[in-house]
Amino acid sequence: MSVGKNEPRRDGPAKLTGRALYLDDVNIPGCLHGVTVRSTVPHGKIKSITYDPAFPWNECVVVTAKDIPGKNVVALIEPDQPLLADGLVRHREEAIVLIAHADRATAYEAAKRVKIEYEPLPPVFDMEKSDKTFKSYTISRGDVDAGFAAADVIVEGEYRTPSQEQAYIENNAVAAYEEGGILIVTGSIQCPYYVLKAMKQIFARDEKKIRVIQTVTGGGFGGKEEYPSMIAGHAGLLALKAGRPVKIVYDRHEDMAATTKRHPAIARHRTGLTKDGKLVAQDIEVIMDGGAYATLSAVVLSRGTLHAAGVYECPNVRVRSRVTMTHTPPNGAFRGFGAPQTLFAVELHWEKIADVLNIDSLTLRRRNIFKLGSTTATGQKLLESVGAEECLQKTVKSSHYLAKRKEYDRWNKNPKNPTWKGIGLSVCHHGAGFTGSGEVYLASRAGIALTKDGGLIVLAASTEIGQGTNTMFAQVASDALGVPASWFSVETPDTHKVPDSGPTVASRTCMIVGGLVNRAVKELKAAFEAEYGRVPRTPADLRKAAAALCKGAPARRFEVQYEKPPDVTWNDATYQGDAYGVYSYAAIVVDLEIDKLTYETRVHKVTTAQDIGKAINPLLAEGQIIGGSTQGLGWALLEEPVFKDGVMINATFTNYVIPTSLDTPPFEVILVEQPYSRGPFGAKGVGELPMDIPGPAVAAAIKHATGRLIPTLPVTPERIAQALKS
Amino acid sequence: MIKLTVNGKKKSFGGAPFKRLIDALREDFALTGTKEGCGEGECGACTVLLDGEPVNSCLIPVCQAEGRKIETVESLGTPEKLSKLQAGFLACGGAQCGICTPGMLMTAHAHLKGSGKCDDKSVRTALAGNLCRCTGYQDIVKSVISAAKGLK
Repeated sequence: MSVGKNEPRRDGPAKLTGRALYLDDVNIPGCLHGVTVRSTVPHGKIKSITYDPAFPWNECVVVTAKDIPGKNVVALIEPDQPLLADGLVRHREEAIVLIAHADRATAYEAAKRVKIEYEPLPPVFDMEKSDKTFKSYTISRGDVDAGFAAADVIVEGEYRTPSQEQAYIENNAVAAYEEGGILIVTGSIQCPYYVLKAMKQIFARDEKKIRVIQTVTGGGFGGKEEYPSMIAGHAGLLALKAGRPVKIVYDRHEDMAATTKRHPAIARHRTGLTKDGKLVAQDIEVIMDGGAYATLSAVVLSRGTLHAAGVYECPNVRVRSRVTMTHTPPNGAFRGFGAPQTLFAVELHWEKIADVLNIDSLTLRRRNIFKLGSTTATGQKLLESVGAEECLQKTVKSSHYLAKRKEYDRWNKNPKNPTWKGIGLSVCHHGAGFTGSGEVYLASRAGIALTKDGGLIVLAASTEIGQGTNTMFAQVASDALGVPASWFSVETPDTHKVPDSGPTVASRTCMIVGGLVNRAVKELKAAFEAEYGRVPRTPADLRKAAAALCKGAPARRFEVQYEKPPDVTWNDATYQGDAYGVYSYAAIVVDLEIDKLTYETRVHKVTTAQDIGKAINPLLAEGQIIGGSTQGLGWALLEEPVFKDGVMINATFTNYVIPTSLDTPPFEVILVEQPYSRGPFGAKGVGELPMDIPGPAVAAAIKHATGRLIPTLPVTPERIAQALKS
Repeated sequence: MIKLTVNGKKKSFGGAPFKRLIDALREDFALTGTKEGCGEGECGACTVLLDGEPVNSCLIPVCQAEGRKIETVESLGTPEKLSKLQAGFLACGGAQCGICTPGMLMTAHAHLKGSGKCDDKSVRTALAGNLCRCTGYQDIVKSVISAAKGLK
């Protein structure tokens, strides 16, 4: 059995020896370097584009919107975002002209010799003042007005969260070239089939004439979900015009300034409770800043909306949400996908309620938390694998939360101490897989190929971007067939080799696609049993069995498609029903100390229990939890993209600060495994959950330390100073 | 002509003397194990050893390496025979996406070769100039400490 074991990651040896080839490492003979000329106004009409006559343009390939053979659109949800701005720009850093040259430095020099004149138009930067709404939702349960009428107390609060940069260490990078009439696109890509969909429209070609291949990818976190479609289109245009391969590798500044980030958000809560702390009404308003184009905003908002009421049962709930257009670069996917923003509000709001009711927030949570049989705001009855209470219980116990609260209260009362100490707590759920009917629309496929010489190859479009996809797939396949994991290889995501398994997002790779791999391998197992009499026992036996099953063909494929569980129902129109097949759960306790002189916060310890159904590979799962939590701590304390006139002005690692090894505390991770009957071996999602709640736990700990509730992230020394002044 | 030693081999470089060391390594010596993350000395992905000391190869002109020894990740083990440090990373989950890994390994390698302590605090301090966005560092620190135990 392989499931549940810490099999070493398959991509480890190549990555540890510098042999793994990321796109910039791939030597593509004759390759040109592509660069992008971008808008310098946030909103305006393009009056003219001129090229410095003193520059040797004959050495370059230059592309504008006129060179697009198909549609000038990056196809995703709404067809509103052009591949190259044509006439109008809606944000700073919008791509307008592309240039390729054999020498990288000369390509950058050429970009400086392009002059673009604009007729400026007024920009909108305040999400609440925008007159364009990309998408809005309403969730309604019970009768909110009646709930408030029956409440003993009503508590209101407003919570704000900033944007966040994914800050993968490998910048975006895509290359394109044509070979035998096929346009090949390869690079640092989370979702090869998203790129394929976009390329079909840009180049007016069918999928046989376009091939998308992932290279080793140096982190994604959502940041390489949709934007690579844009770069792929750019590289493809340049390559076709040049008749040579073209590589586009962003530098850090360009990557930070031009590509998608987390949606800034405002969430307002009005909460009615009985005097003993039972929820009777929640009225929640959520606004997110979509930036200049729709990209994935509708689905980010959807997930944020569906998580906004938190992990608590309340008979009367109304959530109203909207995402609006502003003239900043579009915001997009980032681990958590709208949920961290709304969970920050609902979780930190407990601290405010605790003060009003004079009941501590742990007790309040316990009185309302989801249990088996609870009903969510969308009317979903939670029938299995509800680990919220278990996570809370284990985290509180292991962190000594109650004892430390008292100990720190005493410490904080002594004015001679040089610091304040605080300990804070949060709990959440995270829906695994696509929202509502999403998985049904995706109709994902995955499979297993048996080659005639005994190769066993997992076929899926899910990308390995560091999270351990390939290792996990092999472990799932191993247990499904009952043979060692080492017998399996995993095909490189390549749209001419693997079926469309949907995107590598939404904490769905293990639960949904891993589930498909499990089913496909079981079909193979049945074929072995029916046609060979048994599952092969040795490598030699496997070769014989393979020859028998393949019957002279080079390989035999066993592919399966996602099937909607019959009892899962969702209504897109009313936003009622089973929003997700299942939820993962987490609780976290953050233990910190604040310097009274500098207001610097040092996190001493993080304790977290996470219910992920089943850890297929505990080491990899813990890696997700510690890494995701660290991104959450960064968002809570350090990270803030600063925008001026619609552009990020701290677009470098020098002044956009992410946690270092010295900023990061020790983590105690407790894996909770309440199995999900439809997940492979009980597994649910793990990827995003850890990002969801470090923020509110940090803010709650700072409230404990300083007595001030700071409702805005990041809680910087400046914000603490400001709060203490008031 | 600039003469230098790269991973124990004598090399000469005839290009622009102010070419960044990272570019010389990657483009002229085909050693693409050294990665660029930020190009301004903040992330440490491009860390190599210059006479045994970790440096950001994106900040150093190749002429500064004249007559000196450069070590890159390619000087450690091979996929078939990982060094103790690399094996520690594999066993303890020290690498995820892998892009910071070569720089992280070179900094850790220098730390282990030094006479300093090898506990949580000293390893975290040694690695503070190498950014990782995947792991939250804990498993990297464990990897280094476990390798140090194996080396004793």
